[in-house]
Amino acid sequence: MISILLNIGLLLLSVSTLGFVYRVVKGPTTPDRVIALDAIGINLIGMTAITSVILRTEAFLEVILLLGILAFIGTVAFSKFLEKGVIIENERKS
Amino acid sequence: MKMKENLEVIFAAIVVIGAIINLISAIGVIRLPDVYTRNHAASKGATLGILLILSSVFLFFWVEEGYMNARLLLGIIFVFMTAPVAGHLISRAAYNSGIPLWEKSGQDALKATKQKVKNK
Repeated sequence: MISILLNIGLLLLSVSTLGFVYRVVKGPTTPDRVIALDAIGINLIGMTAITSVILRTEAFLEVILLLGILAFIGTVAFSKFLEKGVIIENERKS
Repeated sequence: MKMKENLEVIFAAIVVIGAIINLISAIGVIRLPDVYTRNHAASKGATLGILLILSSVFLFFWVEEGYMNARLLLGIIFVFMTAPVAGHLISRAAYNSGIPLWEKSGQDALKATKQKVKNK
């Protein structure tokens, strides 16, 4: 019963990841693609959590934290690049 | 022993509910017309779904192992804090790089405010 429910959850997450991949491929503008990639990263966190329940291990729980941090940093860097053209500003305006 | 199994079935059902919410947000990202509405669907729906999944996994390990897992709790708090911020940043970058709203949307309040600031 538990494993059937967990497998259904993994299947639904995979289908929703396919939907986000469709938006990454088709999306007319760059922010569409960035939004969809961020959501794919968040879905990956959920898949890791469900897989670690299925395998009954606690070894993958750092991966959850790590994927969350990486998705956030990637989105922030992309939005700074889209808004200002540079990610890290080196020149001082004084 | 029976109680523990019933609790674990309930937590697995919460995992399925979170996955359904994620699927709904993916359908919204496919079907909605412009960047801002898609961002609304993606950031809110995916965040709520993942919070349900992560909290039920946290409770699952708590019931199964008997002690709280601090890493998972930290992950829940981090995702809850950063996903809306990321949505806000990418939406603001889209507006400032000049991507138009959907042509049927009612009003653009930010445009009027920016005009007022520029005229001052």
